[in-house]
Amino acid sequence: MITQDPSFWRAGAISSTVVMSIVLIFLTVDSLSAIAPGGRNVPRYTVINQAIDYQFDAARNRSVPVIGGEQLLFGRKYSEKEAQALMDKGKLTIQSRACIDCHTFFGNGAYYAPDLTKAWLDPVWKQMWMPMTQSNTREEAMVKFLMDPDKYPTWGRQMPNLRITRVEAEAIVGYLKWMSSIDANGFPFGFKTAETQ
Amino acid sequence: MYKSQQVALKYFAAAIVLFGIMVVAGLLAATQYVHNGFLLNQLDFSITKILHIDTMILWLLMGFMGSIYWFLPGELNRETEGIKLAEIMFYILCGAIAIVALVFIVVQYGGANEFSMWFINQGRKYVEAPRWAAIGIVLVVAVFCYNIIATTIKAKKVTGIMGVLIVDLLPLFALYLIAFASITNMSEDLFWWWWLVHLWVEGTWEVLIGCIMAFSLMQLLGTERRIVETWLYIEVALVLGTGILGLGHHYFWIGTPGYWLAIGGLFSALEPLPLLGMVVHAVYDAGTHRMKTTNKPALYWMMAEAFGNFLGGGVFGFMMTLPQINLFSHGTQWTVSHGHFAFWGAYACGILSVIYLALQKAREIAEVNGGRWKWGFALLNLGMVGMVGALLISGIAQAFYERAIGGSTLQAFIEGQSNMWFVQGINARLIFGVMFALGYGVLVYDLLTLGKRKAVQPALLRPA
Repeated sequence: MITQDPSFWRAGAISSTVVMSIVLIFLTVDSLSAIAPGGRNVPRYTVINQAIDYQFDAARNRSVPVIGGEQLLFGRKYSEKEAQALMDKGKLTIQSRACIDCHTFFGNGAYYAPDLTKAWLDPVWKQMWMPMTQSNTREEAMVKFLMDPDKYPTWGRQMPNLRITRVEAEAIVGYLKWMSSIDANGFPFGFKTAETQ
Repeated sequence: MYKSQQVALKYFAAAIVLFGIMVVAGLLAATQYVHNGFLLNQLDFSITKILHIDTMILWLLMGFMGSIYWFLPGELNRETEGIKLAEIMFYILCGAIAIVALVFIVVQYGGANEFSMWFINQGRKYVEAPRWAAIGIVLVVAVFCYNIIATTIKAKKVTGIMGVLIVDLLPLFALYLIAFASITNMSEDLFWWWWLVHLWVEGTWEVLIGCIMAFSLMQLLGTERRIVETWLYIEVALVLGTGILGLGHHYFWIGTPGYWLAIGGLFSALEPLPLLGMVVHAVYDAGTHRMKTTNKPALYWMMAEAFGNFLGGGVFGFMMTLPQINLFSHGTQWTVSHGHFAFWGAYACGILSVIYLALQKAREIAEVNGGRWKWGFALLNLGMVGMVGALLISGIAQAFYERAIGGSTLQAFIEGQSNMWFVQGINARLIFGVMFALGYGVLVYDLLTLGKRKAVQPALLRPA
């Protein structure tokens, strides 16, 4: 019987692998263009100069990032080059402190600490950390917390002090603001920002 | 015994040591969930987590390599080419692992600069090892590939299993090169990172363990080559036919286009099929031999591999893979539950089976049985199933309260983590983790004393 012949299944193994690999390559090319900064789903890094929100879109039946007018970060407007440098620094800081081994980004990582996908939009900064750190802005509160998390305990599980410098903390904040503008197909579900609350 | 098999025993010994470090680091991380502040600012959760998952990857990788070095000479009836180089690379790898572990424990973090990436911590899950060590792993895998390909060429014989193995080596080697990337854009970084993690674990590793199990079945049960090769091809067709685009279930929420929801959902829903095939294959083979073998622990660990792979990888994966469910389950303890069960079932059990087989031959034991291995087998598997169940309870509570109701804000996260069901699950995980650790202790004792506890008559080994 043909199904008991190894060469029959060998042909099946080779053909299915080749076909699926070719399809994956095509989809990869398209996906990479969609997720490049300025692509269909991922805004340019200079989006950090604008207001960002996350609202439910009835037509698409899911929440989507909403980019608004100018809203400067740390009171300055970043050029294309400056924004790129800030993002490079932010990502390097995130990697050097192994943030992903406690937190998650787009739900990927460890699960010990909260997901950071929309952390920039979290109402807790305004409600809790701005008064606690005596800061006038959300970004200033985030910087103070990142530099000295042990000074601002929030609940039983604390963030360790990772010796994050001021420059690194600002870069992380910029990175989180940019990340919150990415369209992630409705993830996280039902996230209520300070504005939508 | 071939020199290649002596090297294999060294790889197995190192794998079991790393298995132990993984267990200890896992217990520490589990304790950090239960006792807030445990080792805070000394050995933070991120470090215990890194030690836990990186040693897991390494012990499984060393187990795979040991298994191939063990079976290769028998398959090709000759010594492995370049085996001295392989032995040197083994010691280099062990040294590199020790240095990296020390740096993780003592130095822990560096500044936001390239020096940290090269010498301290790359901070990318599973591939945190600094770049210098990643280069070492590339070299070790390159020598491993050379050993296999050169031996096959010298033997002038390509069996079906060897053909699959050699073709599998190329992506195994090439995909690891992604470990060096440092991409600013998180979406793109995760896109390629999943090529590495998914296509390694749910592609090349599945094929690799399929080859190893094919070798094992022939040695353990004397199964006909034609049958194991047929099953291996079926498995490859289904694993890669579903698994390559099954990669899409990691592309639901990272900024990638919406078509991945349908593609990833469909193909990953089909991924249990080859795993079900492996169960059918293993049960059929064991049944036709009426479970008769001279190496009971090897047979039982192989059966555990087949069932564990299907349940942990297949059923538990399917349970959370459709995007409608994954939107809530993604990134919760539900994922952790699936991850533990899948790695244990798909790979760990299979490697333990091969280690028992190898020790039987290395120590010339006529029949491997007795009571001790059963305690190890039971404690390890019950401990794992207990952990998986406990984490599932926590994960579902988290998906419900944090994700579906709370909306994933920090406040929702805290409420989810404080939920009674979550807390009970996470406490139970630690208890079952201790049970698992006890099982590890019994396993190590059994492996160390196998064939040495009482005088056994050396026997010429027939197919076990």
